[in-house]
Amino acid sequence: MLDSIRPHFEEGGKLSRFWVVYDSLETFAFTPGHTTKKGVQIRDGVDLKRTMFLVIVALIPALLFGTWNQGHQYMLSIGEVSVADPLMMAFFDKMLIGAIKVLPLVVVSYGVGLGIEFLFAGMRGHSINEGYLVSGMLIPLIMPVDVPLWMLALAVAFAVIIAKEVFGGTGMNILNVALTARAFLFFAYPKQLSGEIWIHEVATSKAGGLLVDGYTGATALGQLASTVGKAPTEPAVMGVMDMFAADGMFSLTNSFFGLIPGSVGETSALAILIGAALLIWTGIGSWKVMSSFLVGGLAMGAIFNAMGLNAYMTIPAIHQVVMGGFMFGMVFMATDPVSAAQTERGKWVYGFFGGFLSIMIRVFNPAYPEGVMMAILFMNVMAPLIDHYVIQANVSKREKRMQLSLSQRATA
Amino acid sequence: MALEGLLVLVLGWKLAIDAEIYTKVVLASVPRPNFAPRKVNLSVLMSRKIRIKKGADIRLKGRPATTVDAAASTATYAVQPPNYHGVTPKLEVKEGAAVQTGSPLFHSKETPAMKFLSPTSGTVKSIVRGEKRRILAVVVESNAKSEAVALAKIDVASASSDAIREAMLSHGMFPFVGQRPFADVATPTDAPRSIHVSGFDSSPLAPDMEIVLQGRMDSFQAGILALSALVGGDAIHLGTCPGQTAYAGLNKVEITEFEGPHPAGNVGVQIHHTLPVNKGEIVWTMHAEDVANLGETLTSGKYTAKRTVAATGSEHPAPRYYQTHIGCELASLTNGLQGDSVRVISGNPLTGTHAASDGYLGGLDHQITLLPEGSEPKFLLTAGWLSPGLDKFSLSKSYPTWLLPKSKEFVMDTNTGGEERAFVVTGQYEPVFPFDIYPVQLIKSIMANDIDAMEKLGIYEVAPEDFALCEYACTSKIDVQDIVRDGLDNLKKELG
Repeated sequence: MLDSIRPHFEEGGKLSRFWVVYDSLETFAFTPGHTTKKGVQIRDGVDLKRTMFLVIVALIPALLFGTWNQGHQYMLSIGEVSVADPLMMAFFDKMLIGAIKVLPLVVVSYGVGLGIEFLFAGMRGHSINEGYLVSGMLIPLIMPVDVPLWMLALAVAFAVIIAKEVFGGTGMNILNVALTARAFLFFAYPKQLSGEIWIHEVATSKAGGLLVDGYTGATALGQLASTVGKAPTEPAVMGVMDMFAADGMFSLTNSFFGLIPGSVGETSALAILIGAALLIWTGIGSWKVMSSFLVGGLAMGAIFNAMGLNAYMTIPAIHQVVMGGFMFGMVFMATDPVSAAQTERGKWVYGFFGGFLSIMIRVFNPAYPEGVMMAILFMNVMAPLIDHYVIQANVSKREKRMQLSLSQRATA
Repeated sequence: MALEGLLVLVLGWKLAIDAEIYTKVVLASVPRPNFAPRKVNLSVLMSRKIRIKKGADIRLKGRPATTVDAAASTATYAVQPPNYHGVTPKLEVKEGAAVQTGSPLFHSKETPAMKFLSPTSGTVKSIVRGEKRRILAVVVESNAKSEAVALAKIDVASASSDAIREAMLSHGMFPFVGQRPFADVATPTDAPRSIHVSGFDSSPLAPDMEIVLQGRMDSFQAGILALSALVGGDAIHLGTCPGQTAYAGLNKVEITEFEGPHPAGNVGVQIHHTLPVNKGEIVWTMHAEDVANLGETLTSGKYTAKRTVAATGSEHPAPRYYQTHIGCELASLTNGLQGDSVRVISGNPLTGTHAASDGYLGGLDHQITLLPEGSEPKFLLTAGWLSPGLDKFSLSKSYPTWLLPKSKEFVMDTNTGGEERAFVVTGQYEPVFPFDIYPVQLIKSIMANDIDAMEKLGIYEVAPEDFALCEYACTSKIDVQDIVRDGLDNLKKELG
């Protein structure tokens, strides 16, 4: 079927300007019959499509859980279910509510992002790179569920154009595209993003008096940020800290399984770790970045524990890393091969400081509760520098070897 | 707050760098082969063992049976100048000229003394030219008589360096000497620091060198002695692999055993792990079979262009070894196989060249490989990028075949398995590139044609073949070997 419409899209056909669209669809359905021309006569079966597809598969647990959790949080907020109820209660209702909110995010993200990709590919006359398939799924997962769709569209457009296309497209970007979208919203619409959009319709429910007593809808990090600058003994602070105790709303268990408010995909450390297992198992995500990122976060958390200067610092390190976007950033953002350090040694340094800074920014600067985003973007910028030092070490080693050889020849 | 953050960052950074320096100092103090000084008593270093950890063996179907058959002598033979990179041919014969085995067909424009000899006797049938009248092949029609030019015999044990050098040029053996840097035909006037010979071939479906050299160890020894004279009597560095016995008891060799996956058999890898090439140094290399040919040519006074070719590949009706000569018709090795569905490769699947089925064996090739062409589009679910891919061998773990037992062999076709894309995935070249060199950064410096960066990043040590596995593994389907070739050529041009 594709072959029959092909002539319309080829050079001179009436739809030739849409060649990019046709080409991407055809190569999507069929691995083209291109054969090796020069160099190696055989090629590995892996290509960018397969690689990107596996990342999306790794995102599915977080996506599904996130969808359910948005419904769950909504029902909790209006008292439809209570924390004592079995989690499976009203499962389909929760999924439905979640899906109603999450699906449009996904559709808008892909629609806007891919539209721009096609436009640029058409303009530049090259084929579509698959990079956005992953970015397009990541973006909805790091958004608050009630983010207005126009805002999302704007963020996606900004990220794809400014963070990627102006640098030359896939593979050339310095910053992680998805995080740039998030950062754009964070700085362009700080009020909207820090408000009550983390849980579906909290604002409306509040206005309608539907909200459960004392429910704020703030995320764990938002709650914690409110304690900074206050004495640990203040009642408000103690109230917040109670939420992080073993039976509190943000207990370690709840945070790990993800039964807390937050961005769509970030809440469940468990779902994310399932994805991480797939990425490491297939070798697509760098285990070096992930593990050093985790170690960095734990190290900073442990240092804070030892300092214990305020209530926030007393949150156990292990609790710190399962909250907020830390896990999601660690597995899906920091590992983005284009914006991460490219040398294997550099990856250790890059990951460690990514995790280290994530927790540091989070605790030090309550204006940026989500330190992970800032930390990874910062490390994205630093990555080339890290690589430079790693490579420089290799270069000077080679130079030393040359000097040694020269001096030996001189003495011989 | 930001300041404190920066401070911690800088401190941590310093720590990490210190740690790296520390590791390096400690490592350097351990006697590693990389740091082995040059002029040491060679007997101390005899039969050193080096383990190559990086690399990969691509497990293809169609390994040759250990039987060696004499291939039918073919009607025509061809000497193909493009096989000898860096040489501009100047013809010495015209079409229709009568030649004998050992008659010069052409010489190198750069070094007129460097002759390229006819592997057979007969008449020059045609001079095949390509674009810009570039000579692609000189085809000689064989008269099936073995008339040979009587060349001067050389006593390899006592001849001087100059005598050997001159004989190698006039006896047609010099084109088989390669060099690092540049990975092309060596310049005869250079004084090589050392000469390296790989005693085994680790590439996919490669010939077993012990079979290739069967019964030719005397010639091999003679060749080694001749080469040794070129480096002032120093021993020739010979890389072997575990289990080889043929090389025991040779004179004037320094044997290093290399254990590990491909490209452990690449001479460049062996040089890197024994005596790495520094800027300003020149190292010569020669294939083991050519060393035997060299010995036989010099001692017998008769041009020897023997090839024991491994005829391999999943499409070969009966993979085995054939005894033949350089430039023979490939048809004599493919058991008459024809058709567009099979690709005939002169060489191995990673570095060989796509030859026409009526083409000729390349001058530096010791293997032919027949693989299925992969020109059929593959539907995404059944054989494309979404397929389970239980029959797809992959160095990435994105197909489950890495879980299969190591004994499983695969049929691979020539499909690229996807289209060329921007460079996205990192960390896939390094595991198959056993050099202390950053492959991606080197390639990028070549693409930017930044000679200074290329030098610093270690281009002097590499050959395109060393990057073959990187190219194979590349998710973005980048022509890595081609890029490296360009880089080496540009470097040579720059250095003049």
